[in-house]
Amino acid sequence: MYCIVQGFDIYLHRSFHSTKKKRKFCNDSSQQLVKDESQTIEKMIDIRKLHKSYHSEALSLHVLKGIDLSIEAGEYVSIMGASGSGKSTLLNILGILDTYDRGDYHLNGSLIRNLSERQAAEYRNEMIGFVFQSFNLINFKNALENVALPLYYKKVSRRKRNIIAMEHLDRMGLKEWAHHLPNELSGGQKQRVAIARAMISNPKVILADEPTGALDSKTTEEVMEVLTDLNSEGITTIIVTHERSVADATRRIIHLKDGMIEYETRKENGIHETISSLPYSSL
Amino acid sequence: MNDHFQEIIDTLKKNRMRTALTGLSVSWGIFILIVLLGAGNGLKNGVMQNFSSRAVNRINLWPGTTSIPYQGLKTERNLSFTESEVDLIRREVEESRTITARINSTQTISFGKEYGSYSVRGVMPGYFEIEKLIISSGQGRFINQLDMQQQNKVIVLDKKIADLLFKDESPLGKQVKVGRLMFKVVGVNSKKEQWGGSNAYIPFTTAQTIFNPNRKFYQITFTVEGLQTEVENDRFNESIRELMGRQLDFDPKDDQALWVNNAQKEYVETMKIFGGITLFVGIIGILTLIAGIVGVSNIMLVSVKERTREIGIRKAIGATPMAILKTIILESIFITTLFGYIGLMLGIGLTELINFVMTQSANAAVASNEPQMSVFTNPTVDIGYALFATVVLIIAGVIAGYLPARKAVRVQPIEAMRQE
Repeated sequence: MYCIVQGFDIYLHRSFHSTKKKRKFCNDSSQQLVKDESQTIEKMIDIRKLHKSYHSEALSLHVLKGIDLSIEAGEYVSIMGASGSGKSTLLNILGILDTYDRGDYHLNGSLIRNLSERQAAEYRNEMIGFVFQSFNLINFKNALENVALPLYYKKVSRRKRNIIAMEHLDRMGLKEWAHHLPNELSGGQKQRVAIARAMISNPKVILADEPTGALDSKTTEEVMEVLTDLNSEGITTIIVTHERSVADATRRIIHLKDGMIEYETRKENGIHETISSLPYSSL
Repeated sequence: MNDHFQEIIDTLKKNRMRTALTGLSVSWGIFILIVLLGAGNGLKNGVMQNFSSRAVNRINLWPGTTSIPYQGLKTERNLSFTESEVDLIRREVEESRTITARINSTQTISFGKEYGSYSVRGVMPGYFEIEKLIISSGQGRFINQLDMQQQNKVIVLDKKIADLLFKDESPLGKQVKVGRLMFKVVGVNSKKEQWGGSNAYIPFTTAQTIFNPNRKFYQITFTVEGLQTEVENDRFNESIRELMGRQLDFDPKDDQALWVNNAQKEYVETMKIFGGITLFVGIIGILTLIAGIVGVSNIMLVSVKERTREIGIRKAIGATPMAILKTIILESIFITTLFGYIGLMLGIGLTELINFVMTQSANAAVASNEPQMSVFTNPTVDIGYALFATVVLIIAGVIAGYLPARKAVRVQPIEAMRQE
């Protein structure tokens, strides 16, 4: 059944290669589903007792000390916490940019552990769209080329990926800026280009690491509107931020402190109410 | 594949300066390689041409003066050849093919009011082949066996003499006066002597009778076959000494009694030297090219370092390690091949230009009737080198790109993107 849902990929018909890839991916996850029958299908992200330490010669730093977190498909979540609380590390692990030491991480039902670099790259390409504080656009490529880049690694032809990229830029209201280099764009425009790039491979999850950290309050609002819109289309959206106003826009706020979930709040009637994190720890 | 190249070309275009500087070292390396190989070839071709102006397998014998007492005979005897030595070589030396004895005398040759003093050589028909004379069609013939038997008074003139004596007339069939006797001109030789002046050739037998009353002469030239190595040639020289020693009564170890000039041996030795020169030039060229490759590799390393962030971003959005590896190595191959070909074309262009200028001046020399003298001919490399260079450049590209690519593959996206 899940495969059918994935089959609605709007770009599926556009590329034979991507169709093949998707089908393969479907098979992988269905095998995974058979193995983990306890897993609830709707859970996009499921983390159990996640530990992460960084070791250097002098000292070892225990960054994540047993995180339990479950995020369902289509949720709109922000992660808050002081610097050093482990929120960026958590996001990197969620984005398969970093590994973890102990615990389990299931992404869309697949266990993410001991992946080869190639597998990790494919998961990132298929499943996850990244939005970064510093935009991370390639400065010698224009907006259109930046947006189209993930499809290059999906082996979509140049002509097709430029058409798709243009559609995404158009959605972000940046059609006229398609052939401008990043340094000719404002911060808000850059971040919208980055969001278009994150969206182009049709990911299940958007991971945003301080997406508004480099923006003023007006453009922050613009960017948050875009992210909220995307979430309303059903894309699971996770934002790491330390700005209360950004977090308030999301429907669930997870507060990290010293590598543990301190508490989390859910939006009810338009405001966030504090709930205890106990239910997770007692699992 | 096309798309990969487009991506690489885009990247390189955006970094034109760096690309140009990277490529320059390869262009230079290939350029130097081609020019050096061209110079080596030019030198070789030049010397080869000088060799090929005479039969390379010829052996010259000159009698000398004995310096070692032999079987009761004293030293300081002056030796000379007679016709029996020619017959002896024909009969006894199984490697010998063509043979000519030679008598040199200087005579005044005149026709009408024109005259000049020239070297007149009494030679056998084999001389033609040994010295590679040229008688073009319509220019008559060389001395033949019948002339030898009948001691005909016929003469073959070098073109320069013919031009001087006959101007625009055809000399064939005309009588010229050599000394005090009339000779019929039967042929004109258009090969120019590289060193020295012009000659006229008459039958050996005629020369013996007319110009050499004591019938002794001082040079025998013959060609040999089947001698390849230096060792074989050395052994042959020794056996010739022994044979002539028995005939003329001298100690075979007496170097002064008989002078043997073995062109074949010289040829083998020279070829060896040129083999060495080609190798040496090739090594220098290859080393220059290696310097170029190291340059590319070095700049690519810096470039990868510079692009750590870009590579990190590419990885974060789904580039597999293989894709990154392929990109960097293809980029390297692209730079080395493109700029390598530029260097190749410049190198070939320069050698062809030099060749063109040299051909022009050689043609001018022909027109002014000067002897063709060259130690440097056709300094170009053949098309095989272009194919060879292509293979070398692609391999060079892979080698130059390998380390940087490995480095790029190891880039961690989170580390890379943290850099500002």
